[in-house]
Amino acid sequence: MEAETGIDESIRYDFQNHIDSLNTAPEWWIQYKQDAFDSYMDLPLPRRSDENWRFANRSDLDVERSYAFDGESSLADRSKLEQASQFTETQSGSYVFADNQLVSANHAPQELQDKGVIWCSISEAIERHGDLLKDYFMKQDVDLGSEKFAQLHSAFVTNGILLYIPKGVEIDAPFCAYNWASTPNGAIFPHTLVIAEEFSSVRLVEAHLSDGEDAALSCGVTHLFAGIGAKINYTHVQNFNEQTLGFQINSNIAGKDSQVEMNSVILGCRHYRSETHGQVKGSGAHVDMRSMALTDAGQEIDQRTLQTHSAPNTTSNLLFKNALKEQSKTIFSGLIKVDEGAQQTDAYQTNRNLLLSSNAEANSLPGLEIEANDVKCSHGATTSEIEDEEIFYMLARGIPREAAQELIVYGFFEEVLSQIADETLAERTRELIRAKFRG
Amino acid sequence: MSASLEIKNLNVNIGDKRIIKDFNLSIPKGEVHAIMGPNGTGKSTLAKALAGHPDYEIVSGDALVDGESLLDLEVDERSRSGLFLAFQYPMEIPGVSIANFIRAARNARLPDGEELNAPAFYKELYEKMDMLKIDRKFTSRSVNEGFSGGEKKRCEILQMAMLNPRYAILDETDSGLDIDALKVVSDGVNALRGPGLGALVITHYQRLLNYIVPDQVHVMYDGRIVKSGDKDLALELESKGYDWIKEIADDAA
Repeated sequence: MEAETGIDESIRYDFQNHIDSLNTAPEWWIQYKQDAFDSYMDLPLPRRSDENWRFANRSDLDVERSYAFDGESSLADRSKLEQASQFTETQSGSYVFADNQLVSANHAPQELQDKGVIWCSISEAIERHGDLLKDYFMKQDVDLGSEKFAQLHSAFVTNGILLYIPKGVEIDAPFCAYNWASTPNGAIFPHTLVIAEEFSSVRLVEAHLSDGEDAALSCGVTHLFAGIGAKINYTHVQNFNEQTLGFQINSNIAGKDSQVEMNSVILGCRHYRSETHGQVKGSGAHVDMRSMALTDAGQEIDQRTLQTHSAPNTTSNLLFKNALKEQSKTIFSGLIKVDEGAQQTDAYQTNRNLLLSSNAEANSLPGLEIEANDVKCSHGATTSEIEDEEIFYMLARGIPREAAQELIVYGFFEEVLSQIADETLAERTRELIRAKFRG
Repeated sequence: MSASLEIKNLNVNIGDKRIIKDFNLSIPKGEVHAIMGPNGTGKSTLAKALAGHPDYEIVSGDALVDGESLLDLEVDERSRSGLFLAFQYPMEIPGVSIANFIRAARNARLPDGEELNAPAFYKELYEKMDMLKIDRKFTSRSVNEGFSGGEKKRCEILQMAMLNPRYAILDETDSGLDIDALKVVSDGVNALRGPGLGALVITHYQRLLNYIVPDQVHVMYDGRIVKSGDKDLALELESKGYDWIKEIADDAA
């Protein structure tokens, strides 16, 4: 018992330091964090028998042993990170964080602020938009296995962004949030909260990045709320180094006639666990969930998804594509759930895995749970290798074998990348993919 | 050594089965030769074996491009050395645009460190697409994905036009084409004819040879050429049918 208390105390000590550092924060926020920390301590680590952790590596989930939560940062060169945080051609506003601290902020244009658009850091939101946070912060269910890590996030979160778009405001240029991990064995807790009111339209780009090659922990949450007729387009690029352990908990609530698009480009982390819940709650709503991952070395990318349809005449479309090199491993586990009243649901789920090595391992667990009787739902999962005849065709045009494979892999991802609306961002992701593929 | 595609005593197996048997053929640069023959006689095997397909084992013999043997070259090296195969069944490559595909093939032909001049490349690509009556919007479409039979074959000829081979083998380029598509494809091939190109047109039907008029016609049966002649041989074959060839072959045996 003594030894275990030692570990307990180290995170308790870090948490106490964290709370002490929030001396100007309102009482409700301190209490909220205290409750989250207690829940974190109470909840067990994922067990072997947990269906949500099937096939997953659980050996590195006891994060208290490996990471410091005291918030200390060794970040030296802020301007370098600021300059590297440029993924889009235009923007309506941007935030750059490193080790949970603000590096730079570009506020929304006055014209948007005048319309009531809120684009601010979470730490600022705590001071100025407490009412919004009380209604929306962490108010979507976490139900895909990372409940404990969601509590860890709530306990230690200090930054991230709040984006609030009032009724009827439509904004073309994306808002951008960049979250860097810099300190060896440090922990970051990126939070993204988007609230799009009725008939508003907004785009958000989020990037998770490493400054250097040291191991770190990222435990992030993204929650999107789309009101009646609202449109949210969200693209997430995860390019941590391959020492990092990452948890990413995503969820969206799509109201009546709303449209939510979530695109993920996943390249980094030693071990990455993402959970994405599309909650299609209003009739006429449509949700797209897309992801691509390129894995190599000993990487493990573990993705769990849920598409829940709880209103009639709703549609959702999921496409997750993985290309695996070397000894890497992916897990896709997805469920489409259609509630009793959700007639005329169209829901699709596709997982495609391209094995580029005989040592790679792609696991796929697709599922349907349908309680309505008038629906169109399907799921498909395939795992394949590059076809010899495809390679032969390209060789016969004089394209060397390596270049041919590369083209095929890039082509494989295009189905996802071509859906990224911002052409500069799409090209930036293609560059990252090329850089990674060529090692 | 004369400038030609020279095939000498070539024997090709698929598995344990001999498909191409002591095959000899010489195509001088600047000429178009046609090979006709019934199905299953080894026409496509010849084409794929020359391109270097790993399923086709060259047991003996040689194939030379302007005096240089192809057989020690890898598939991509054969292509870069100037041999082009237009596929009977071109592969679909999802997510790879025609422009990027041809660009990769052209890049592979440049010396190390040299980069393709993109504006010049697109100018040339558009000119050749116009010649082949291929809509410019095709440049951004994935290679062969969702193409009609005619579109696929035009795309093959486009690639040939962009890669400037010294020798081209067109494997059943007419299959699956209606008469309009056949004309477009033939016009494209004819436009590429000239002193710098030797071509071997493989076909089951005489029809194609009305449009691509060959300098010589060879009739293939059971893995070898059994009769050669000028373009009129194709017409004779059309009227007498392939049974006539079987008789000639049987007589020779």
